[in-house]
Amino acid sequence: MISMIEFTDITAWIHSLLLSVLTPTWTYIVELALSGVTALVVLLVCVIIMVYMERKVAGFMQLRWGPNRVGPYGIFQVIADVIKLLLKESFSPNRADKVMFNIAPALALCVSLMALAPISWAPGLTMWDTNIGILFITAISSMGVIGILMAGWSSNNKYSLIGAMRSGAQIVSYELSAGLSIITAVALAGTLSTNGIIQSQADGWWILKGQIPAIIAFLIYVIASTAECNRAPFDLAEAESELTAGYHTEYAGMQFGIFYLNEYINMAIVSIIASTLFLGGWMPFHLPFDYPVVQTFNHIMDFIPTWMWFFGKMFLIIFFMMWFRWTFPRLRIDQLLKLEWKYLLPISIVNLLFAAVIIVLHWHL
Amino acid sequence: MTKKELKQYLEVTYPNMEVKETFNFPLLLVNKEDVIPVLTKLKDASETRFNFLFCETAVDRNPNFEVIYHLTSTYYHHDLEVKVILEDRENPIIDSVYGLWEAADLYEDEIYDMFGIRFKGHPNLRRIMLTDEWNGFPLRKDYQDDKIISL
Amino acid sequence: MENQPTPSPTELRTEEFVVNIGPQHPATHGVLRIEATLDGETVKNILPHLGYIHRGIEKMTESMPYKQSIYLTSRMDYLSAHINNHACSLAIENALGIEIPARAKAIRIIMDELQRLTSHELWWGSCAMDIGAVTPFFLGFRDRERILEIFEANTGNRLTMHYIVPGGVMRDVLPTFVSDVKELLKKIKGYRHEYDQLITGNFIFQHRTQGIGYLSKEQAISLACSGPVARASGVSCDVRKHYPYDGYEKLDFKEVIDYGCDNWARYLVHMEEMTQSIHIIEQLLDNFPTGDFRTKIKGIIKLPEGEYYQRVETARGELGVYIVADGSNKPYRMKFRTPSFSNLGAVKPTTVGLKIADLMANMSTIDLVVPDIDR
Repeated sequence: MISMIEFTDITAWIHSLLLSVLTPTWTYIVELALSGVTALVVLLVCVIIMVYMERKVAGFMQLRWGPNRVGPYGIFQVIADVIKLLLKESFSPNRADKVMFNIAPALALCVSLMALAPISWAPGLTMWDTNIGILFITAISSMGVIGILMAGWSSNNKYSLIGAMRSGAQIVSYELSAGLSIITAVALAGTLSTNGIIQSQADGWWILKGQIPAIIAFLIYVIASTAECNRAPFDLAEAESELTAGYHTEYAGMQFGIFYLNEYINMAIVSIIASTLFLGGWMPFHLPFDYPVVQTFNHIMDFIPTWMWFFGKMFLIIFFMMWFRWTFPRLRIDQLLKLEWKYLLPISIVNLLFAAVIIVLHWHL
Repeated sequence: MTKKELKQYLEVTYPNMEVKETFNFPLLLVNKEDVIPVLTKLKDASETRFNFLFCETAVDRNPNFEVIYHLTSTYYHHDLEVKVILEDRENPIIDSVYGLWEAADLYEDEIYDMFGIRFKGHPNLRRIMLTDEWNGFPLRKDYQDDKIISL
Repeated sequence: MENQPTPSPTELRTEEFVVNIGPQHPATHGVLRIEATLDGETVKNILPHLGYIHRGIEKMTESMPYKQSIYLTSRMDYLSAHINNHACSLAIENALGIEIPARAKAIRIIMDELQRLTSHELWWGSCAMDIGAVTPFFLGFRDRERILEIFEANTGNRLTMHYIVPGGVMRDVLPTFVSDVKELLKKIKGYRHEYDQLITGNFIFQHRTQGIGYLSKEQAISLACSGPVARASGVSCDVRKHYPYDGYEKLDFKEVIDYGCDNWARYLVHMEEMTQSIHIIEQLLDNFPTGDFRTKIKGIIKLPEGEYYQRVETARGELGVYIVADGSNKPYRMKFRTPSFSNLGAVKPTTVGLKIADLMANMSTIDLVVPDIDR
């Protein structure tokens, strides 16, 4: 259909190349390692872009320049910061639980990275194309709180402890409505596989053809996932003006850097999932109508490469999360839980029922 | 009431006490034992209604201490200065007015910290500015410190 | 507590624990330590510990001539430096019976009100920051910067001005002063809708402040609160209205009183006071007096023996200067009744029973400046 180099061709070429020199088992192992490293590198580049973007967005909103000293337009500022963090000493406070203290950031990071496995980056470019991809991501992402709780508990600091407890209550609560909105999209698509969900949006994204339930589910997912990432206005676990830095008050150097990295990786994952479920992942923008004009339009959209769609959507949602952060004041803990249990959760449940009715009656396009 | 009226009123109401005036306010000199009854009456009497203790401080008139209460009324907006003279320099003690005005909590802590005047009935008298181990009371005129540098 | 049975180890129970908020903490805006007893997130008790920036200003004044003492007052409430200088200068002038020229009075009031604007703008930004929004801080600083530029041009300093001296002001304002301030006020008025869009109308901000930090009128009076804190609880305590000085009695302005008693009321009082300050300045600019900016006074000031009390309205409330003079050129005792010191007492009654986040919100709307507390 489209005469462009697709990622499928590249992966197939690598596969055949490896097969020609190695046994099938070793080919499999090497491919796993390769894909892992590639995903990590891509993600780290994304994080660098996100950190830079966050600073520039914040600067733009706060009438200042943001980074503009290191490199042209300050683009190397993030790299300079990482080097600084790497050179700093990582020490643990006196009477802290040293083992737990040192494991916590690594655990938090591992959990976030595990969620990358089933993500469909482009047609045919999935590390682990399983039929329960979304379920796996939901299961893994709920483990992220363990790292935060460990960090808060082991720091031997009351601010850290309060921050960790807040984070626990918050993430456990918001997982519910995030999960329910994911189920709404899954029910519409009829599959749990990330690839399958994206394929089901070939004629139009779920947010367009999924009627009102899909829009509500998308909004709730964005809100709930902002809370799951501990981003403002739900940054109670950090709450700079209250708890100085929350659960990572005592961390320094690259251990702090890992928590920082973790926050951005979580943001990236969350926005990738949101775009996969509701905005069609790497799928180009298609309108679900059968007129010649629309078909031409859909065809033109196909010429924009899939990776551009994928990262475009991801950064759009990330931009929204940054926009929230730099405009809203923080909620209080009881207001935060009230918002979840009294508003988002009932709405999600009703919304799911509503979506089920639409699916049963085949009202979705 | 104006300053003059207030002064006349005080002279009539408290005949056994000395009524003077400072540059700004009428001044009532109260005995150490009468502080609470007099201030309670000033606070509650319908003519005065001094319900706002805007300043409580002390002055070291070596060897005496003066504890000074500046009162105003949010009803009439007239002011009064009440002065108590403490003659015991070694162990100055006076009744706390915390029961009348909660503001006295911090004021009296500060006076205790700076002058060493103790307040009987204060809920939590502590050295609020300086450390607990601080030697002496800085705003006393005979306070000695090697680190003081005269400019 | 004693007659309750001790809970068995398996029974679910909570314990109180103490968190020291400060002396270095982002929300205290200075070196104030608050010993907070918490039960989970709920604040059970508050005990402020002061003295981390206690410089003994009252002791220092006793060894300094009157004129020099004024310089120390700028360091108390550094956000109301002009007004602090004003209070001291007024006390000395009134004691000596010096009449100052009309132009000096006008300059003083304009500077006071500009100072109030800077202080409230900074307060607005930091209040929003304590509640979790960072962006307003920069907007507040942007507008404050414009006013500081005027201070810098006319007085030579930005934070601790020492511009108002006994007898008038230190030096005359620039010839462009009136047009500069007019330009500035136009700008500030234009920015005001941004404040409302970003914070006043924000749903989360309203929920974080409305009904939180209740300080009843009786309590505000009992705690000797003043300034916006007391006025938000319905206490009429504006010194500019009740004990006018330097020509405030001739100006048309409203004493801003709100009966809400909560953080939201305090927020609204601050915002409305900014409008009133602009209104006051505009009246003075329209017929800005000409003439001398200072009356000559003697080089060495000697106050007659006696006691003098002078109060002014700073951005935070009533500042009282109590001077005990013994006839020499140095005060026998100088006491500063600072607004933040009394307002500090309001933190406990407003906060106990609420959450930690509310403690920060209350502290920021009560608007504490720590050097003003410690002196």
